[in-house]
Amino acid sequence: MYDFAYQKPASVADAVKLLGDDPDAKALAGGQTFIPVLKQRLAKPSTIVDLGKLDLRGITVGADTVTIGAMTTHAAVASSEELKAKIPGLQELASWIGDEAVRHRGTMGGSLANNDPAACYPSAALAMDATIKTDRREIKADDFFQGMFTTALEPNEIITSITFKVPQKSAYEKFRNPASRYAIVGVFVAQHANGVRLAITGAGQGGVFRHTAFEQALSSNFSPDAIAGIATPPDDLNGDIHASAEYRAHLINVVARRAVAKAR
Amino acid sequence: MPQVSLTVNGKQHTVEVEGRTLLVELLREKLGLTGTHVGCDTSQCGACVVHVDGLAVKSCTMLALQADGMAVTTIEGIAAADGTLHPMQEMFREHHALQCGFCTPGMVMTAIDLVNAHPDGLTDKEIREGLEGNLCRCTGYHNIVKAIAAAHPLMHGQAPKAAE
Ligand SMILES: Cc1cc2nc3c(=O)[nH]c(=O)nc-3n(C[C@H](O)[C@H](O)[C@H](O)COP(=O)(O)OP(=O)(O)OC[C@H]3O[C@@H](n4cnc5c(N)ncnc54)[C@H](O)[C@@H]3O)c2cc1C
Ligand code: FES
Ligand code: FES
Repeated sequence: MYDFAYQKPASVADAVKLLGDDPDAKALAGGQTFIPVLKQRLAKPSTIVDLGKLDLRGITVGADTVTIGAMTTHAAVASSEELKAKIPGLQELASWIGDEAVRHRGTMGGSLANNDPAACYPSAALAMDATIKTDRREIKADDFFQGMFTTALEPNEIITSITFKVPQKSAYEKFRNPASRYAIVGVFVAQHANGVRLAITGAGQGGVFRHTAFEQALSSNFSPDAIAGIATPPDDLNGDIHASAEYRAHLINVVARRAVAKAR
Repeated sequence: MPQVSLTVNGKQHTVEVEGRTLLVELLREKLGLTGTHVGCDTSQCGACVVHVDGLAVKSCTMLALQADGMAVTTIEGIAAADGTLHPMQEMFREHHALQCGFCTPGMVMTAIDLVNAHPDGLTDKEIREGLEGNLCRCTGYHNIVKAIAAAHPLMHGQAPKAAE
């Protein structure tokens, strides 16, 4: 690892200022992605701005929305009984990220800001029409994810919280890489009063995406059978040592049907 | 150089570190606590697991400076002052839950966290899922699972199943 200066600001404003004053400064949340990146010398920040002291933790369950602070850990999301009762799919998703030690440090804000094409949370954000709140504005999930490891965030912009629309039913299902535990294909399905939203992670060359053909079919008939005959073209899917694009295309249908079958 | 102040196994330390110093490097190289192992250094194997403010974390994936003001417990800090082993250590010994022992410190620290988090009981399936982030290349896991199941009642103040 290259060395760097280290700062732990006490307010969001100070953190934004530190990041803005130095174009080579980078934010650090749980470090479960960023520290491995630093070890591989894939990044060379001048300063690490640790967000650990910021008051951005907590889960607020409302009638129609759930708001989660950016620094809330995966373990906190996974162990919230209130959330489990409201959005079972989101609680379940968090409980399957990595392992317990990773979940104790990794955060929702870090996962969304990183937008790893195999990360779990981006699919939940898209399927539940989430609003990503930052130090300066609100961004709809539909506009936030802009391709692999790319988001609408400006270089010194900090996610402060994420607000999800509570669906009537939800589920997350993932076919995971047995070694890394990331999704080879992950599907988040959410049935809302005005239609179904379904997002796929792990498979797209451009990162997470909504599957509109599945959404239309499920909006008129919310059952696994409704999508059984809908094939996904492999052209824009990822092929790598773990799974070919054709295999991922096949998995998308299987995993999506499993998600629909268990949605509650 | 920046300084980090933290409690390790109940003792207060203030140590000079670099920004990039990992918590595991602080423990092993600055404090001489070599019980915590580095297996992969890529956040996968769990040999480096310690408790930070009571929760299991991979000390190879945390900066020393991130632990400022926190309380760290390592494998050296779990036995009683008189040397009596922690029930989890004792059950690892009794059930032959280790061979080469390289993964053991991380396994034990993860297992203690797991048992603490499940006061009402743990199924074998939950134990196996709880060990997701800990790799062992020797034992085949069965005896580790047995040891954790046996430690559960001891840690929650119940007599062991076969007692008296
Ligand atoms: C062994 C292992 C298994 C894993 N398995 C999975 C899995 O199954 N599914 C999954 O989804 N993930 C998985 N992960 C990744 C994990 O979820 C990470 O915690 C997460 O991707 C990043 O969150 P973090 O808080 O650790 O962020 P960090 O690593 O600290 O930061 C990641 C990036 O986000 C930026 N950032 C962080 N917070 C903010 C913020 N609030 N505002 C703006 N930018 C910010 C940072 O600058 C950095 O560029 C795994 C990780 C490991 C080590
Ligand atoms: S050495 Fe930390 S997880 Fe392997
Ligand atoms: S006992 Fe050798 S790696 Fe587990």
